[in-house]
Amino acid sequence: MQQPLDPVELAKLTLKDAVLDVIEFRGETTIVVKPETIVDVMRFFRDTEGLEYIFLSDITAVDYFPQEPRFALNYHLLSMLYLRRLRVKVYLHSDDPRIESVTSVFASADWEEREAYDMMGIHFENHPSLRRVLMPEDWEGHPQRKDYPLGYEQVQFSFNFDDIERLKPYAKE
Amino acid sequence: MTNKAVQQTTGHLESLQEWQGTVQELKNLVSPRALSGETMLLNMGPQHPSTHGVLRLLLELDGENVVSCIPDVGYLHTGIEKNMEAKTFEQAIVMTDRMDYLNPMGNNLVYCLAMEKLGEIDVPERAQIVRVLLAELTRINSHLVWLGTHCLDMGAMSVFLYAMREREMVLDIFEMVSGQRMMSTYFRPGGLWRDVPDEFIPAVKHFMEIFPKKVDDYDRLLINNPLWIDRTQGIGVITPEDAIQYGCTGATLRGSGVNWDIRKAMPYMGYETYEFDVPLGTHGDVYDRFLVRMLELRQSIRIINQAVARLEKTPGPFRTQNRKYAPPPRSELGRSMEAVIHHFKLWTEGFTLPKGEVYVSIESPRGELSCYLSSDGGNKPHRVHFRTPSYVHTMGAIPKMAKDGMLADLVGIIGSVDIVLGDCDR
Repeated sequence: MQQPLDPVELAKLTLKDAVLDVIEFRGETTIVVKPETIVDVMRFFRDTEGLEYIFLSDITAVDYFPQEPRFALNYHLLSMLYLRRLRVKVYLHSDDPRIESVTSVFASADWEEREAYDMMGIHFENHPSLRRVLMPEDWEGHPQRKDYPLGYEQVQFSFNFDDIERLKPYAKE
Repeated sequence: MTNKAVQQTTGHLESLQEWQGTVQELKNLVSPRALSGETMLLNMGPQHPSTHGVLRLLLELDGENVVSCIPDVGYLHTGIEKNMEAKTFEQAIVMTDRMDYLNPMGNNLVYCLAMEKLGEIDVPERAQIVRVLLAELTRINSHLVWLGTHCLDMGAMSVFLYAMREREMVLDIFEMVSGQRMMSTYFRPGGLWRDVPDEFIPAVKHFMEIFPKKVDDYDRLLINNPLWIDRTQGIGVITPEDAIQYGCTGATLRGSGVNWDIRKAMPYMGYETYEFDVPLGTHGDVYDRFLVRMLELRQSIRIINQAVARLEKTPGPFRTQNRKYAPPPRSELGRSMEAVIHHFKLWTEGFTLPKGEVYVSIESPRGELSCYLSSDGGNKPHRVHFRTPSYVHTMGAIPKMAKDGMLADLVGIIGSVDIVLGDCDR
């Protein structure tokens, strides 16, 4: 079996400018890459001997509102051979959050990207069928964004009983 | 009716009348044969007894053969991840139980592990042992429901009744420790909500005496049953390569012969110190996945027996002594001003976790359950995301297995993958 290689060193050596930053935190490695290179980066981590991150666990979209770049996508890769994980991260600006789909590399990216689109409104180019998945088809807005209100029902007390009663969607008249 | 409501209702009706829905809208999802009417489109669900929740499958059928299968999920979406962002770290544990209602302890565990990793909170040994014990009891609980419903779908009624009878004993143990049968919220950051009661160990021992014989009974009912074999062998086959490509984990992946169990590969909570085997299938069909889960029941029994023996020898605290994360015992409040301050801070503001992000995975009864937790340094999670096995399996594995199979086998495939729709939709 090929000896495991250090993903950070190899990525810096091979991908060069695509690697923007490397973060080590709580024993987890995060490699921040340029959004436009994501498909090449994924293919590199999947196919390079000594890395072989063949399993895409998850894609998590994060909203850092009101910072810019606002959105981040975390691709959680798993190497079943070398028993380790890697997080590849890209930052996207809020004016047009758009990135190439990685479904050509990992089939399991399909529904994870659909969820990120549904919940955060990030568009994935060349995705086979980018539709909403958890919310209804005709839903407006993207619920996981930080500027999307949580929504709640106002508590009805005796002093505001009538005000709230009037707003309730009963069948009246 | 108010004017606004009238407008909304009529607007809704107009939009319905305007809707010129045709099969053309589906042209990227189904084969071209469906557009000409050669194959039939059939909705299975959202209300269907074999979908174990509210799952809708849009099936394209050529006679009895499934040409393609398009899952439609989201009927049980409750916005748990969004709601957790509005609660403090500890309050949010309550939400995790509701995701996968057959695996409440596992959901608590993955979220608590994420918090503990982010805050570098220590967990005493006694708490770790109880966590392992209860996680395995939860696995038994979940597998029993899977076994019962899977057999019920395939027409074996009696197994369902037996499985539910034994599950009741597990739920009684959960009630004993946490006060709740299903939504336990028993694991807390740094340990447990409270120590296990004195009658806990005898109850588990009693269950462990009875349960192995019951598993033998299930085996006798099913494993060599010719009807069961005819119904399950050779259907819903998925190759190891495809299983990895489509994100399968847990028994669905091991049924195809891939030796991947997070408890062995990347141990957490001291699983590396327990002796157990990872059962593997060979063919990747419904029967092999069934066998893997049946054998996992016996491995869980092994782990529980070891954990009980250890628990008897391990007294000590059940929760971390780090007062920044765990409240002081009631008895200290009358003596120590510091304890009062900690108590007040924890129950009003909650604790804060350092800025950063972590990703933690555990082996849930259904597969890899992961939690991504990001904190901005405050007392509420900045973002929580759960990678739930049911979601991945529903969207990937079921369409892949159902393709080119028979319609009647689809019921067996859904059962063998063991999905929980609450876990899928979150």
